Amino acid sequence: MKKNRINRLFETKKENIFSVYFTAGFPNLDDTVKIIQELEKNGVDLIEIGIPFSDPTADGPTIQHSSEIALKNGMSLHLLFEQLKNIRESVKIPLILMGYFNPVMQFGLEQFCKKCSETGIDGIILPDLPLEEFEAHYKKNFAKNNLHNILLITPQTPEARIRQIDKASNGFIYMVSSAATTGAGKKVEDFQQDYFERIQQMNLKNPRLIGFGISDHDTFANACKYAGGAIIGSAFVKALQSGNELQNSIRDFTKKITGNTKTTAKS
Amino acid sequence: MKYMKYNVNEKGYYGEFGGAWIPEMMYANIDELRHRYLEIIESPEFKKEFDQLLKDYVGRPSPLYFAGRLSEHYGTKVYLKREDLNHTGSHKLNNTVGQILLAEKLGKTRIIAETGAGQHGVATATVCALKGIKCVVYMGDLDVQRQAPNVKKMKMLGAKVIPVHSGNKTLKDATNEAMRDWINNPEDTHYIIGSVVGPHPFPDMVARFQSVISKEMKSQLLEKTGSEFPTRILACVGGGSNAAGAFYHYLDDEQVELIGVEAAGKGVETKETAATLLVGSPGVLHASRTMLMQNRDGQITEPYSISAGLDYPGIGPLHAHLFKTGRAKYMATTDEEVLKAALLLTQKEGIIPALESAHALAALEKIKMKPDDVNVINLSGSGNKDMETYLNYFGY
Ligand SMILES: Cc1ncc(COP(=O)(O)O)c(C=O)c1O
Repeated sequence: MKKNRINRLFETKKENIFSVYFTAGFPNLDDTVKIIQELEKNGVDLIEIGIPFSDPTADGPTIQHSSEIALKNGMSLHLLFEQLKNIRESVKIPLILMGYFNPVMQFGLEQFCKKCSETGIDGIILPDLPLEEFEAHYKKNFAKNNLHNILLITPQTPEARIRQIDKASNGFIYMVSSAATTGAGKKVEDFQQDYFERIQQMNLKNPRLIGFGISDHDTFANACKYAGGAIIGSAFVKALQSGNELQNSIRDFTKKITGNTKTTAKS
Repeated sequence: MKYMKYNVNEKGYYGEFGGAWIPEMMYANIDELRHRYLEIIESPEFKKEFDQLLKDYVGRPSPLYFAGRLSEHYGTKVYLKREDLNHTGSHKLNNTVGQILLAEKLGKTRIIAETGAGQHGVATATVCALKGIKCVVYMGDLDVQRQAPNVKKMKMLGAKVIPVHSGNKTLKDATNEAMRDWINNPEDTHYIIGSVVGPHPFPDMVARFQSVISKEMKSQLLEKTGSEFPTRILACVGGGSNAAGAFYHYLDDEQVELIGVEAAGKGVETKETAATLLVGSPGVLHASRTMLMQNRDGQITEPYSISAGLDYPGIGPLHAHLFKTGRAKYMATTDEEVLKAALLLTQKEGIIPALESAHALAALEKIKMKPDDVNVINLSGSGNKDMETYLNYFGY
């Protein structure tokens, strides 16, 4: 089996990994491929493609809104796979699908994993698929298709469970920055540095990316001090809303985030 | 152990339904509840406090009333379990009294709740006033408008009512928002869910608190009819808490027919319906694997019912299981049938029922009943909150 692109990324790049989330089908139905290509061109290391859901209970207003528009535009999992059919002809960085369990369940989990593998998807994030259900019912299908299931931890996750999640993970661990739904607009002072430090000192086998509330250069750079990198979602979705040409808004956005950081050259 | 066949297992499942499909952000709270709820609510101290409040504050036991003129009308025996006579006017208070005591034991200082008709919101605001605990209620903006008196009551009781503008602006969306609040406030807050829905252990916990309904029914029926066992029990089903309470102690008594009545809205064959079991399919919503109204892409579709309390696209996992196993039967009654049934009860018995409860009454039109049958209707709430709808429809 070919090495998963997520593992390759973390082997070659140890810091300042720049990861971006966007909702498929937003702002326009057919923007998906273009957004991915532009993000890669502008130095983004890893992309999370959001599968819109009618009831995104872990998301704040920005991603709720983008999901609602995406669904109105006609986005579905079937269509998303259709759009991504040839994505590996132009894009090399790891791609992750992120969404809620129900649309995947209705698509059929086995079929979903197979499609992901055919498409060149490297990982899945389903926040409402708990570790226990995953291990009991779905793990084999993920493994068979070389897909990593990315699990979340939060400031409230007990240490023993963090160890359990570390053991069950094989890509990276998604560190939710604070007790919150997704949403932009936090400041560096809003984050619990002691949580970041506590996790850093746990010597986990998996690398971590920090997400939720990372929105600008300062919060990105701060998160990067404590983990392999950070994930930006709502702030990017907002940037896409600006109405400018995709190419320009993506270039401006990525520049703004990494601008003054010493990002290591992409390998 | 009793009720094994239809009870929740240690993983939180009723057959294939239930579980706790929570995002990791809710894990600490749910894990604490899961580990502690039984130990707390089964403790003699808790039971004593709970029973005392049910008696002196809620006004229990609620009467089991033989509805003579309605019985005559249908040529059978109809009894009404009068949950409408509880303080705050519905069965909802049974659950919120239990959960506020639990929240106290857990050391929580802030309560959140979702509400549809506003009955659960009022019941939550009420117990929060009773205990002097901060209360925030999420309510879909459409429901804020169609249940205005309850909104004012909640405010007078000291609760903060937050209108929810996402989705269809009804119960499902209010539930989403309450879950988001809990994610954002994981330390000090307890979420008082209003029905037998959501992640384990909520469905089981709420069913236990509501089970007082069928417990009382048994002794009241014995006294009035000479037998604990009626021919059938009918209850309306939104999330399913009043029905769960009315069925609970009869689940293993298979000779008792259990009938849940969903909201057909404008008809189960139309898109404007809330009859989840009759038109839905298995899926995961609000952290539970249950029956849902959804499209083929797994997006939840918007339910419709004239009654805000039944306007929910899911159903408690217990009911999904009772449906699947056939232990309970489920049917649906339309807006129009419900309004007629409400008027009939009003003019035959002098009792104005809640629109939700009138769904169960309307089912009497559709069931074959013998003269000696004992039919118990769980009259889950009073029609006070629905006067505007009734007056508009009947033109008084
Ligand atoms: C009077 C009454 N009955 C029934 C319901 C439906 O809830 P459940 O199905 O949980 O009993 C409501 C909900 O608001 C209600 O107010």
